[in-house]
Amino acid sequence: MFRKILTAAVALLAAVAMPTHAEIKVLATTADWGALTAELGGDKVNVYTATSALQDVHQVNAKPSLVARTRTADLVVANGAELEIGWLPVLLQESGNPKIRPGSPGYFEAVSAVRLIDVPTNVDRAMGDIHAQGNPHIQLDPRNIAAVAKALTARLASLDAGNAAYYQARGADFQSRWAAAMKGWDQKGAALKGAQVVVIHKDQAYLVRWLGLQQVAAIEPKPGVPPSAGHLAELVTKLSASPPRMILRNAYNEPKAAEWLSQRIEAPVVTLPFSVGGTREAKDLFGLFDDTLNRLLAVKP
Amino acid sequence: MGKVPFHVSVAACATAFLPSIGLAATDAEVQSLRDELARVKAEYAERMAKLEAQIAQLTPQAEVGATAAIETAVAAPAAPPAEAAAPAQVARSAATFNPAISLILAGNYTNLSNDPEDYAIQGFVPAGEEIGPGDRSFNLGESELTIAASIDPYFMGSLTAAITAENEIELEEAYFRTLALPEGFTLKGGQFFSSLGYLNEMHGHTWDFIDQPLVYQAFFGGQMAVQGLQLKWIAPLDFLVELGVESGNGDYFPGTRLSRNGLNGLVAYGHVGGDLGETLAWRTGISYVDLDAQDREFEDVNATGEDVLNAFTGSSKTWVVDAELKWTPVGDPRRQYLKLQGEYMQREEDGDLAYADSVQSLDGSYSSDQSGWYVQGVYQFLPRWRFGARYDSLDSGDTKIGLVQQGLLGVDDFSILVPGTPTRTSLMFDWSPSEFSRLRAQYAWDDAAEGPTDEQFFLQYIHALGAHGAHKF
Repeated sequence: MFRKILTAAVALLAAVAMPTHAEIKVLATTADWGALTAELGGDKVNVYTATSALQDVHQVNAKPSLVARTRTADLVVANGAELEIGWLPVLLQESGNPKIRPGSPGYFEAVSAVRLIDVPTNVDRAMGDIHAQGNPHIQLDPRNIAAVAKALTARLASLDAGNAAYYQARGADFQSRWAAAMKGWDQKGAALKGAQVVVIHKDQAYLVRWLGLQQVAAIEPKPGVPPSAGHLAELVTKLSASPPRMILRNAYNEPKAAEWLSQRIEAPVVTLPFSVGGTREAKDLFGLFDDTLNRLLAVKP
Repeated sequence: MGKVPFHVSVAACATAFLPSIGLAATDAEVQSLRDELARVKAEYAERMAKLEAQIAQLTPQAEVGATAAIETAVAAPAAPPAEAAAPAQVARSAATFNPAISLILAGNYTNLSNDPEDYAIQGFVPAGEEIGPGDRSFNLGESELTIAASIDPYFMGSLTAAITAENEIELEEAYFRTLALPEGFTLKGGQFFSSLGYLNEMHGHTWDFIDQPLVYQAFFGGQMAVQGLQLKWIAPLDFLVELGVESGNGDYFPGTRLSRNGLNGLVAYGHVGGDLGETLAWRTGISYVDLDAQDREFEDVNATGEDVLNAFTGSSKTWVVDAELKWTPVGDPRRQYLKLQGEYMQREEDGDLAYADSVQSLDGSYSSDQSGWYVQGVYQFLPRWRFGARYDSLDSGDTKIGLVQQGLLGVDDFSILVPGTPTRTSLMFDWSPSEFSRLRAQYAWDDAAEGPTDEQFFLQYIHALGAHGAHKF
C-alpha cells in the first residue's frame, strides 16, 4: 500500500512542479545581498532571502523551508568568509541541487569581491568567534557594496547570458546612482571623522574604517563572548573619565549590555540598522546608509 | 606528533619576521631581503615536505592517525595569509585538501537509585547494548571523531567513529554521498544513520537530553544505522517535500543478517516541512521499516530463575510518525526559542520463537503488536540557557507466544516479555558557554523496568573541537 501512496505522491508533485517561468531563482543568505540582487536583477530574478536583519546570521536554523528554497535555487548569493558556516553547508548538501555547489556558476560569495580586514594571523577558538578568512561583515562600507555589485552583475550576466545586456544596463545604472549617493554620504560622514565609539561586536569594523571613527572599546571581551560583570565594570572605569561620543548597537543585538553601559558613562546608545530591514527607514541599500548616517549624526559631539 | 609544532613554529616565525623588516628598510634592501626570504622559504617548504613524507612513511598509521590529523587541520589556517612566496603556497594548498575534522568530547556523572544491571524495558525484547541509563558514577562518554570532505566533483565522504571508554572503536557512520545527481536526487551508500523519524539520524552530541527516548531504545536499540544505500529526492517546491528509500544487508535491529543476496529490508520515509509566518518552522513525516530477523537472540530469565537464550525468526514491520515545531518569538534563535517534538512508533512482529534452557529446546509461534511515543519541549529562555521536559510512554501489548498458549511453558518463563507499560519523565537544564561547549543536568523518573521507580540524575559535558559543525533542523 505504501508503494502505491508513494507513486501517487511522486506523480502529483511532478505535475505541480512543472517549470512555469524563466526567471532566475535566487537564494540570498542575508537581507543586504537579497536587496542587492533584486536591484541588479530587476524582474529577471526571483529573490528569496534566508534571514532577516533581526537575526544573528552566524546562528540560523537550517529550517525545512530553507532546504526547499535551496533545492529550487539557480543561484545562491552568500556572504562567505564563514558567516553562514553553521547552516549553509547543510542546506547545500541536503538540497541535492548540484547547480549551487561552491565552485559552480550558481554559487556566489560577496566576500570574493572585496578585501577583508581583521584577517587573523593565528586562529584558536579560545579567542572567541573569530573568522579565519577575516571579518565577514563587509556590507557596512558602501565601497564594498559597489565592488560586490560589479561582481554580481558579471555573474548574473554569465549565468543568464540571454539577458546579459539587461543586467549590464541595470548594473551600470545602479553603479552611477550608488556613486552619486556615496558622494553625499562621504560629505555627511566627514563630520564623524575621529568620533570615539564603543562597539558591541566587531561587526561594525568596516563602518568604523570607512567613516574614520575611532573605536575605543568593545562590549564583548572577545567576539561572540558575552560580557561578564567584571568586564563591564572595567569598561566603566576606563571610559568614564573621557566618555566616547556614542555606543553603537546593531538592531539584532540584545539592548541590555549597551544600555547598562550607557547609563554609567554618559554616552548615548545609537541603534544602527546593520542590514536592510534593521530599521523602518532602512528599506533598501540606499536607505541602509542614509539611515545609518542620520542616526550617527543625530548625536551631537 | 613531532612534526606539527615544527610546522607551526616555522609558519609563526615567517609571519612575525616579515612585517618588521619591511618597515625599517629602503627599497633596494627590501627587494634583496625579499629575494633572500623567498629563497629561505622555498628551502624550508622543500625540506618540510621531505621531512613530512619521511615521517609519514616511518610512523605506523594507528599511532599518528587521529591526533596528528587534527593538529594539522588546526594548524593549517594559521599559515601566513596573502603575500607568501610560491613554494610555500604549494605546501599550503596541499594541506587545504585535508578533510574537515571534528572531535566531540563527552562525559557524565550518573547517580541511579536502581542497579543499572537490572535495567530493562518491560515487555520488549532487549534491543542490544545501548539501552538504559548507563553506569553509575563518573563515565567517559563516547569521543566522537568525524572526518569529512568532498571526494571529487561527484562525491563527498564522511566517517564518524566513536571511541568508547572501553578502548573500542565503534563505527557510527561511514558513507559516501553524491553531489552531482540532477533533479534533487541524492544517493548515499555505506553505513549511515537511517533518516527514519526525526531523531534517528542525529548524533548523540546534538540530542537535547543525555539519552534517547525509550521508544528509540526499545524499537531500534537507540539508533538504527543502515549498511546499504539510500536514495533521497527533494521536490522542487517552495516548502519541503522529501522522499527516501533505504535498503541494505538488513543486519540492524530489529533485523539481523540473512543469508540472502540482494537487498534485505526496506526503509521508506517522507518528510514535509515549511514555515508558518516569520516565527514558526515545522516538519512532520512518516516512515516505514520492514526488516526480517533470523535467529535474533536475546537473554531472558525463566520461571526457575535460570538464564535462558531465546531467538526470534520472522518479520518485523514498524511505522513511525514524527512532528516538530520550532518557535522563535523574536525571530532570532540565538536569543530565544521553543522547540516541541514528538514521535509515535508502532511495530508488528510475526514468526517463531525458539526457547532453550539447560534441559530443553522448544520452538513455537510468536506475534506481537507494540507501540510507544514520546513528546518533549525544550525552551531557550535566555541566550545560552535552556530547559526541557520529556515524557516517554510504551505499550508492549499482549505478545502471543505459542509455547505458552500450548501450555508447554508458563508466562513467567519469558519474564522480559511479560506485558508492561513503561513510562519515564525527564527534566533537563543546560548551559552552553559557547557554540562549542555545553554543560547539562538531567533528572528522570524511570518506570521502564518492573519494581520501584529508578530515579536518575546526570551531569554531562559535551565539547566540540575542530571543524565547525553545521547542524540540521
